[in-house]
Formats: sequence, structure tokens, C-alpha cells
Amino acid sequence: MTDVEVKSEVTGTIWKIEMKVGDAVDVGDEILIVESMKMEIPVMASIPGRISKITVSEGQPVEEGDTLAIIEAQK
Amino acid sequence: MFRKVLIANRGVVATRIARTLESMGIEWVAVHSKVDEDLPYVRGANEAYCLGAATPRESYLNYDAILSAIKRSQCDAVHPGYGFLSEDPNFARLVTDSGVRLIGPRPLDVETMGNKIRARDRMEGAGIPVLRASKRVPEDVENLKEYAEHVGFPMLVKAAAGGGGIGMQRVSDESKLSIAVEKTRQLSARAFGDGTVYLEQYLEEPRHIEFQMVGDGRGGVRPIYERDCSIQRRHQKVIEETPAPKIDRKACDAMGERLADVLSDWNYESLGTVEMLMGRDGSFYFLEMNTRLQVEHGITEAVTGLDLVEMQIAVAAGKDLADTCPPKIIRKGHAIELRIYAEDPVRFFPSAGKLIKFQPPKMTNVRVETPFAEGCLITPYYDPTLALVIVHGSDRLGAIKLAREALNAFSIEGVKTNIPFLHLVLSSDEFHGCRYHTTIGEQLSKKVA
Repeated sequence: MTDVEVKSEVTGTIWKIEMKVGDAVDVGDEILIVESMKMEIPVMASIPGRISKITVSEGQPVEEGDTLAIIEAQK
Repeated sequence: MFRKVLIANRGVVATRIARTLESMGIEWVAVHSKVDEDLPYVRGANEAYCLGAATPRESYLNYDAILSAIKRSQCDAVHPGYGFLSEDPNFARLVTDSGVRLIGPRPLDVETMGNKIRARDRMEGAGIPVLRASKRVPEDVENLKEYAEHVGFPMLVKAAAGGGGIGMQRVSDESKLSIAVEKTRQLSARAFGDGTVYLEQYLEEPRHIEFQMVGDGRGGVRPIYERDCSIQRRHQKVIEETPAPKIDRKACDAMGERLADVLSDWNYESLGTVEMLMGRDGSFYFLEMNTRLQVEHGITEAVTGLDLVEMQIAVAAGKDLADTCPPKIIRKGHAIELRIYAEDPVRFFPSAGKLIKFQPPKMTNVRVETPFAEGCLITPYYDPTLALVIVHGSDRLGAIKLAREALNAFSIEGVKTNIPFLHLVLSSDEFHGCRYHTTIGEQLSKKVA
């Protein structure tokens, strides 16, 4: 089983978390949304699998490169 | 004339307004958030008040903090700039009720034009062409089809409140409509506290042409030419120019005059911009009206020699338009504005960080508006504008050449910028041949990489 870290591509604030631990995801599914400079930037799953961890909460500031969630890759 | 004006805004527009106030011999007051306290114009201000923490809600949208600064500074007028509270009629009323003049239109005009459905109805009633649109779609809508029928596919699902294309979605057929309506409703409710949604005819590859207006509140309204703002990304303007190239000049000028007549009937006061879409066949359709100073006002100033902020302040102080506006406004040459954003040039993602290097061009006929200097922090809390570069050439080709030289001379390190994207647009056949429309930005951006 491989874990894949979902990272923020921008510095900003977590606006909305759309999934919860245990949810199944496919490539392109929106996991959460980061807000930066008045723009909403969706963070999407890059591989199919299951969310095993969400490491941030709504309203939390994040830096570029921070880990936001972990996807347990589908076998 | 006013003695002291508080600028209820930040960044580029705060520095822009401060400059005119200084030239008019009026004292000005800065307000700022905690993270903006080291910006050069805040440090240089004679009087500055901290409003609160970084987020707009705690600072630049914070009624209580701003009203308290107004009181403490004993200013006699407030300039709201653009964005933030500039189109908030409640703020305008609160300021006015405290006995201080708000430099802008009457709160009722701000309120009416701030709702796109009402604005559209008002313009349509005045005989200005509009796109086919539905009424407000109620939250518990049973038969969406009825609303969509008269509009036709493809259509846009739009939020009635706010601006900047937030929540706007193109829908090509009925099967995707109800999901789109729900999504727009959610986004709009969150961004503007108003989930009102309506449907509007989708115009294929339109150009965005807007008309600058100024009125004195007593029926005096003057059109100050048009601006072409078709070059956008994510529905946000990136490059603007005036005059609009390759346009039916007579029809364009006639539209400006017609809009001025409409605003005159309303006794419109202050600056305002009527945004129109132009279809491929050259017909104009009302899009929305901005009841405030516009970001891109600088290109109009470049070609006319006017100071629009000064005119806005003068009419707010009760001056007649005839005393502040020359009898004939002459437009000379061609001006282009480039918005320098802190963002990835391909995906347009914002890029925060410290300006390790920041050297704007110093050239003749090139005006740079920026609140930043080397060492400043670009934070993720506000819009990504680093600078506005306004170039003035004797003709369009000259202006394009100057724009490219100015970009080459602009040196920025520490954050990503959209300069490569701006270069790409300026050198594209589409831009040179005026074969462009409001979605060209997304198409061209794919070529940056």
C-alpha cells in the first residue's frame, strides 16, 4: 500500500474541506479548496484511492508545499 | 473643498488616490491591516490607523474599525477606492450618517447597480440593449426549464450579487443546468452573502468594451471615451487599451453619448463605468455598471490628460462638471495598461513571498502604479496586483512596442509573476490583429510553457 501526500500549490488559507477520512477518491476529485489572493484553488486527488488522513482544518493558513491530506493508493 | 480625506483601502489604489490628494493640497489618512503596516505608503503617511488583523473581514471590510478611524482622524471625506467597501451602499450610508462625505455615487445608485438583475432591468428600461436573461431563479425552483427556455443554450448561470465573474458558469445543455445553478448559488452565497442566481444568454467570443462616465449629480454627465478590456484570465482583466481598436468608431461614440444621456436622466453623480459586451457583429449589450473608480482608469487619463480622481473629488465637494471638466475632451494617441500580478503565468495560481528584487521601469511615457518596494512581503490575503504599468504611444503599434520595452525593464524576483504571459499576449498575432475576445487569455496561456 502506498501513501501519497496531497500538497498545497499555493500559500493561503483552507477555505473548505469537501471530503472526510475514509472517502474513496478518483483522479480529479476535489478534496478541499485553498483560498489565496481572492482566488479559490481546488486541490484534487492525483491518484485513485481512499483518504487516510486530513492534516488541516478549515480556516487554517497553509504554505506552498504543505501536506494537506494523505491518499492511500488503490492496489 | 475637503480639508482631510481618509482613504478606506489599500495597495495600488491607496497610493494612487493619495497622490492626487497631495496635488490638490488635501491632507490624507491611511488605514491598514496589521500585515500592511510596513508598506511604504503606510509608513510615509502623516496619519495612519491600524484596522485589525490581516483578513479583509478584520481590516478593510471592518465597518467598526474604519468608522472609528474616520472619527479619530476628524476627516471630512472618505475615498473608498475600488474593491472592498467601494460598492457597499450600507457602508456609504453609515459614513454619510456620521456627517462625513463619501466620495462616490449616491448609495441608492450603488445599491441598484450592484444587483445585476436590477441593473439590467434599469438599463433595459432606458432603452439600452441587453442580453436575453431569465428572472431571478428561486431557491425552491420546480421547473428550471421554464426559466431556461427563453434564454436558450448555451447560457451562463450568473450570481446577481458581486462582480468579477465569481460563480459564473457556462452551461451547454439542459442536463447540466440544475447542478450549475446549485453551485453558483453556493459560491455566491459564500462570497457575497446573497445566493440569488439568474440565467443569461451566452455570447460567443465577445469583446469587453466599457464606457467611462462622470456626473455631477445635477444632470451633468460626460462620457470620457471607451476602454477595451477583452484580454482577461479567469474573468479578470489583464490588459486594457484605449481607443478600442478595430471598432465601428461612429457606433462606439454614439453608444457613449447614449449612455451619458441615460445617466443624466438619473442625475448620476461621481465616476462610473458602464461595461458592455460587443458581439462579433459589432452589437453592444449591457453587462454591468461599476459605480466607482475603475482599476484601469489610468489609460483614459493617459490619452486625455485628465485626472479622473481629481474630478471625482471635485464633484463630491459640490463642484459643477463644467468647472472641473474641459468643454471638449480630446483623446491623443493610444494607451495600454498591463496588470502585473503575483501569479504563475501558466496556471494563474497566486504566488506569495518576499520581493527580493523589485525594480519598476523608469521610462518616458510609462507610468507605474505600485504600493510596493524591494523587501516588501506579498501576502495571500489580498488581490495579486503587484503593479499597474500604463504606457502611452502615439499610435497602437507604438504603444505595444513601449509596453514590451517596459515589461523587459521590469525586474522582479521573489515571487512568480505573469510577465511571461503578458509578453506572450503582446507578441501574439491575435492581439496585433485585434482578433481577440474575453476567453483568449486561457487559450494563449497554454503557450507560455
